[in-house]
Amino acid sequence: MRVAVTGVGAITPLGLSAPVFWQALIEGRSGIGPLQGCFAAQLRFPNGAQLRGWDPLHHFDARTADLLDPFAQFAVVAGREALADAGLTVDDVRGPRTAILTGCCAGGQVSEDVQFQDLYSKQTGRVHPMTIPRIMSNAGASFLSMEWGASGPVFSVSTACASAGHAMAQGLWMVRSGMVDRAIVGGSEAAFCLGFLKAWEAMRVVSQDTCRPFSKDRKGLILGEGAAMLVIEPLEAARARGAKIYAEFAGAGMSADAHHITQPTVGGPSLAMSNALADAGMAPEEVGYINAHGTGTLANDATESKAIHAVFNSHARRLAVSSTKSMHGHALGAAGALEAVATVMALKEGMLPPTMNYTTPDPECDLDVVPNAARATQVGAALSNSFAFGGLNAVLAFRAPAAL
Amino acid sequence: MTQEFTQQLLECIAKTLHKPVETYRLDASFEELGIDSLDGINILFALENEFGIQIPDDAARNVKNLGEMAQGVWKLVEAKGAPA
Repeated sequence: MRVAVTGVGAITPLGLSAPVFWQALIEGRSGIGPLQGCFAAQLRFPNGAQLRGWDPLHHFDARTADLLDPFAQFAVVAGREALADAGLTVDDVRGPRTAILTGCCAGGQVSEDVQFQDLYSKQTGRVHPMTIPRIMSNAGASFLSMEWGASGPVFSVSTACASAGHAMAQGLWMVRSGMVDRAIVGGSEAAFCLGFLKAWEAMRVVSQDTCRPFSKDRKGLILGEGAAMLVIEPLEAARARGAKIYAEFAGAGMSADAHHITQPTVGGPSLAMSNALADAGMAPEEVGYINAHGTGTLANDATESKAIHAVFNSHARRLAVSSTKSMHGHALGAAGALEAVATVMALKEGMLPPTMNYTTPDPECDLDVVPNAARATQVGAALSNSFAFGGLNAVLAFRAPAAL
Repeated sequence: MTQEFTQQLLECIAKTLHKPVETYRLDASFEELGIDSLDGINILFALENEFGIQIPDDAARNVKNLGEMAQGVWKLVEAKGAPA
C-alpha cells in the first residue's frame, strides 16, 4: 500500500503556518536573532530561533491555555492546521481509525523551569497542580485526541533530535499495514527557558553567531522551537476523495549507532538511509535532494557528509543537500517534522530550499549544499535525515507527486 | 604556572573522570589519555567550578592537550586577579 502526505501544518520561527514557513525558506529568510526573554542576559550565547508573535490566546481559551505547556500548544495548533489543510474535519478523524503520533525531546521544559525555580529559590513549598499534565511529553497528542475524539492509537516518541522522525516513521508503517485509515504525525518542542538553555550551553555546541551548516567556519548549532504536523493516508484513499497530494511518503529507515552518547558515527546514519531507501523501494539514483540533519556542528556535518557518500557513492556528487536549520534553527524533537514539511514542499513545488549562512567550502563536507539561495529544480524523490544524541537515527523517504 | 596550580588542576581532572591523579600528565594529548569530547566538556565544567572562572567555547575548542589546557586556565585565573 502506498501512503500519501495530504496535509501540513507548522508553527516555526519563520512564521506561524506552513505556507508562511515555506515562503520564508525559499526566500532564504532567517528566523535566528538575539535571544528574547528574561534568561537572555544569563547565557553565554546570544542568539536563538524563537517564535515571533505567538499568542496562545489566539488559539485557546484562557483555561485551556493554562492546561498546556507551549510545546503542547504548538503541536495542537500545527495539528489543527494540517487537518484543515488536508480537507478533513473533526468528523473524519473521530473514532478509532486515526492515529496521532508526536515526537518531543524534552517535554514541558518551560513549565518545569518556572515551577521548580519557584520551589527552590522562592521556597514556595508547593508546585502548581497542572505541572504534571503540562510536563508530560504526550500532552500535545493527548489534547488533539480529546479535541477530535480520535480514540485509536495515540502516543508520543522521545528520541532527542530524531523524535519526530521516529514518530513519523511509525505512523507510515501503521497506515501502510492497514492498522489505521490515516495518521497525524509530527513533533513539537519549546526549548526556551533558562535551565534547559543552560544545559545546552554546557554542551558547548551552540554557535556564538549563527548556524552555518557544512561551511568550514561553522561553530555550532542554533536552538529553535516550534511544531509541524502532517496528515498521511493511503494514496488510493487520498485520490478517491480528491485530496491535494504533497508527496508519497514512500519509506522510512531507522538505526542505532550503538557507539557513543554524543559522538556521531558514519555507519549508523548510513544504515538508516539505506534502510529508508530499501523500505521505499527506491534506487539511490532516484533521490535528487536530501534535507540534511545538518546541525552546523563540526562533528555532525562532516560525519553526515561521509555517510551520504557511503550510501550514494558517485551519485552523492549529483545530489542536492541542504540544511534548513540554517534558517529555522534546531527545533530538537520537532526538527524532523519541520524538515519533513520543507521536504514535501520542495517535491510539490519543484524548489529546493537553501543552506543559508554558507561562506567557505569544507573538504570534509564536499557536497552540493545549495548555498545561500533556493534553486528551482524538480527532483523525483528526497530524503529527510534526523540523527539524535544517543546515536538514534531516523530517515524518511518521499516521492514527488508528479512521479506518482 | 605554579606547582600548586598544576597539581590542583590535575586532581580536579582526575576526580572528574574517576581515575587516579597519576594517570594525567601535562604533555600527553587528549587522545593518548583517552579523553573524548564528552570528557572534555565535563572537565571544562569542573575547572570552571574549581577556579571560579569562565572558559569561552572558542578558547576551549583549539586546546589539544592538558598542557595547553593548563596554560589557558592559568591565564584566566591570573586575569581574575586572585590566585586559586
